[in-house]
Amino acid sequence: MTDTRLLPRLMRGALLAATLALPLTVATGRAAEAVDPAAWNEVLAQAKGQTVYFHAWGGEPRINAYIAWAGEQVKQRHGITVEQVKVDDTANVVARIVAEKAAGKDSGGAVDLVWINGENFVSLKQSGLLMTPGWATKLPNWPLVDVENKPAVVTDFTEPTDGLESPWGMAKLVFMHDTATLPEPPKTLAAFAEYAKANPGRFTYPQPPNFHGSTFLKQVLATTIADPDKLSRPVDPATFEADVAPLFAYLDDLHPNMWRQGRSFPQNQPALRQLLADSEIDIAFTFNPAGASAAIAAGELPDTVRTFVLDGGTIGNAHFVAIPFNASAKAGALVLANFLLSPEAQARKQDPAIWGDPTVLAVERLETAERERFNALDLGIATLSPEELGPVIDEPHASWMVELERAWTARYASQ
Amino acid sequence: MLKLAPALTLTLMLGPVAAGLFGTLLPAAGYVPALGGTAMSREPLRLLLGQPGIGQSALLSLGTGLAATLGAFTVVVLFTAAFEGSRFFRLLRRLLSPLMAVPHAAAAFGLAFLIAPSGFVMRLLSPWATGLQRPPDLLIVGDPLGLTMTLGLMAKEIPFLFLMLLAALPQADPLRSQRVAASLGYAPVAGWLTTVLPRVYPQIRLPVFAVLAYATSVVDVALILGPTTPPPLAVRLTGWMNDPDLSLRFMASAGALAQLGLSLFAILLWICGERLAAMLGRRWIEGGRRSAAERLIPALSGSAMALLATAMLAGLALLALWSLAGPWRFPDTLPHHLTLRAWMVHGPAAGDAIATTLAIALPVIAVAIALALACLENETRDGRPVQHRSLPLLYLPLIVPQIAFLFGLQILFLMAGLHDTLLAVALGHMVFVLPYVFLALSDPWRAVDPRYGHMASALGASPARSFWRVRLPLARKAVATAAALGFAVSVAQYLPTLLIGGGRVSTVTTEAVALAAGGNRQLIGLYGLLQMLLPFAAFLLAAAIPGVAHRRRADGEAAA
Repeated sequence: MTDTRLLPRLMRGALLAATLALPLTVATGRAAEAVDPAAWNEVLAQAKGQTVYFHAWGGEPRINAYIAWAGEQVKQRHGITVEQVKVDDTANVVARIVAEKAAGKDSGGAVDLVWINGENFVSLKQSGLLMTPGWATKLPNWPLVDVENKPAVVTDFTEPTDGLESPWGMAKLVFMHDTATLPEPPKTLAAFAEYAKANPGRFTYPQPPNFHGSTFLKQVLATTIADPDKLSRPVDPATFEADVAPLFAYLDDLHPNMWRQGRSFPQNQPALRQLLADSEIDIAFTFNPAGASAAIAAGELPDTVRTFVLDGGTIGNAHFVAIPFNASAKAGALVLANFLLSPEAQARKQDPAIWGDPTVLAVERLETAERERFNALDLGIATLSPEELGPVIDEPHASWMVELERAWTARYASQ
Repeated sequence: MLKLAPALTLTLMLGPVAAGLFGTLLPAAGYVPALGGTAMSREPLRLLLGQPGIGQSALLSLGTGLAATLGAFTVVVLFTAAFEGSRFFRLLRRLLSPLMAVPHAAAAFGLAFLIAPSGFVMRLLSPWATGLQRPPDLLIVGDPLGLTMTLGLMAKEIPFLFLMLLAALPQADPLRSQRVAASLGYAPVAGWLTTVLPRVYPQIRLPVFAVLAYATSVVDVALILGPTTPPPLAVRLTGWMNDPDLSLRFMASAGALAQLGLSLFAILLWICGERLAAMLGRRWIEGGRRSAAERLIPALSGSAMALLATAMLAGLALLALWSLAGPWRFPDTLPHHLTLRAWMVHGPAAGDAIATTLAIALPVIAVAIALALACLENETRDGRPVQHRSLPLLYLPLIVPQIAFLFGLQILFLMAGLHDTLLAVALGHMVFVLPYVFLALSDPWRAVDPRYGHMASALGASPARSFWRVRLPLARKAVATAAALGFAVSVAQYLPTLLIGGGRVSTVTTEAVALAAGGNRQLIGLYGLLQMLLPFAAFLLAAAIPGVAHRRRADGEAAA
């Protein structure tokens, strides 16, 4: 693999050459202002009047509406304007920050806050493109975060967050089925394969490298790999083939019985959900345990849909917000990140009528009134209780996802 | 001032392309100053060629692009040959002209809503005819050969080529040619193909090349209708270009150059085809045959056009219907009920997006039309009929696939401190709008009989007066069409708006594609409809204004 740090250097070289070739001057940004979340009052004073450009996936209207609400709140309370930049792929935001770095734009960047996790985070962290030093653990609301029981809030795909991103919500893979067409869903991957054999065309998954598709691969990998401990370490190229052989044996068996015989795949999770809504498939899945309830509430799924998890547990992780190294409104971004961690914002987010995204906070540690916000929530007819959600399988090291996606594409998407 | 127009136009149009390509070339060659100056490497190319299925991706791009272009061109030419002057022709002309304005993404969504296994056609037939309670497991959208994608591209390119042909036709004087041919015993189709086509083809050649280059490098239609295992080349490039694994950029840049080569190769093949067609055509003419499948051609081309127009209109109607739909489950033919929910919830955001779209597009087309007219008028006054040397330059922004130079362009705007501004996005749009406006305008303009101008001069009119009073009015139809086309092009821009605007500039199209990722059909319907209505309005104006202007002029002269 090429050294990922080459690119910024390369682009700087290209830029130099371009500067010589073209009579253009490099815009000089204003000096980066120092912001220290430990001095919160100063942060608040600096943030007043700032506009925070929050780059967040824009494919789900419910989430967009929630972000708009959060923006109104910080506008009223702290005089900060929040503009959601709706992106269709967070990788585009990474590309954007890289381009700014390449152009020598070390301040005044376009991205103030970005919704992120996994390989996108690892990429930015390793390239030094995030605001340092770590700030998340210094936010006033940080003590409320449930680090003990939700270790994923400080370890993103086995990569330590080092406070470079602040947890926003939790995710866990849950499967959906329509009780009207499939009352008793299969509860293991082996049973999935049998079900598909008996009912061809009724199961599929989003095409990797789509995030949800890759998550399904990781779920299968975690279940089939001989030594699961390997998943917490980077991929060993020498044994990779052997490690994933059972995974691909499983898929080779499954694909001919899948939707479109595995020759075409839905491109993302909402598309998968749409197939369930259209009764094209019997089983879909989501990373949001309340996603099915929320979709029912919005009329996107019939109210006969319920969720279930697999015996032995499903993949779970956390998602975060991060501030790029050259953000224009760092103080404002900090205030917004802190507000997103507040019990008020977290409880609203967990409400399936709003979004239904599980909290990162330790609810039992909150003050009574705050705790009530959570206890009062109706999690929805299709949402499993925390006990029913079952064990969490940790995300493998980010390198597994990269290699899996490559191997999958070579095997199934290039005949 | 007029003398400067060509230079200014070329700078606006080609400067960003050249600079952007430069920014693509270096990584493609593995040029890494940090590793000792100018160490060139073939590593990115090697990586690219080592990608699984890369050959099939390239073949898909080439095959679908060529098939869509050839299909669209054939249908348009044969239909015009068979029906020009008929009432059916006028009807389809009225139907198809506005359809040209529909952005590719909206047309593709409309088509998908229509023909997918869970689409409207299947709902119409189910369950009474098919017995189906659930959508059939048929691989229609996203088939591995890209047939549906080819169909989608054809559906979108036929109106474009048709309009280009219509704009060019009057200069070829088709009806009188037909009459002469008929008096010599030629059947209608044969007469048109032998007398009109050879004269009108040179005028639509550039639009055909643009279509070919576009169809071989398309991203949005391919994403919606195309295969994914593997996808066409341009889709894979876009994926690599945006991959968080930054090392893929080298390979993506090499791929961008390969895409450039592929599009050029497609054009080369087309030119060979032109030669062959010319040779065969000459032989046919010399052979003196007076008829050419006079029954079959009208039947096939007529039904193809009618089917296409119906499918496009139905698809667009479905977009509108979905935007108003409540629950609408298969196999229900119609939604359970209609609701304004999507419009209520998303109306305000959509309003902002429309305002931004207009704020970019209107200045861009005003400048583009002014520049194009200034260049053409300059050419006319110089007395040089066609600047052959500058023609290939005009092709460049249309033939260089967008992804090949947008990344470099983004850096250019950052350097100039113009990033994220409407001005920068407008300049980015200009790169694509100018050539289309020029393509739409130049041939009709150059085909205006110069003797009108000479006559005006002989009667004592200054060059300026003969421009404003003679040449411009003669070309008013082409000007209006070009402006509407420029507007449609600007509205449809996705990648340039997203990359140069840093995501802060939200147009109807960027919003539509971002929301499309969520697969919400109500929202896709809403934004698809808006994407369609904006250019549609522009073409309505384009159709109405020249007539009005002409009438007022005629009235003025009658009064005087």
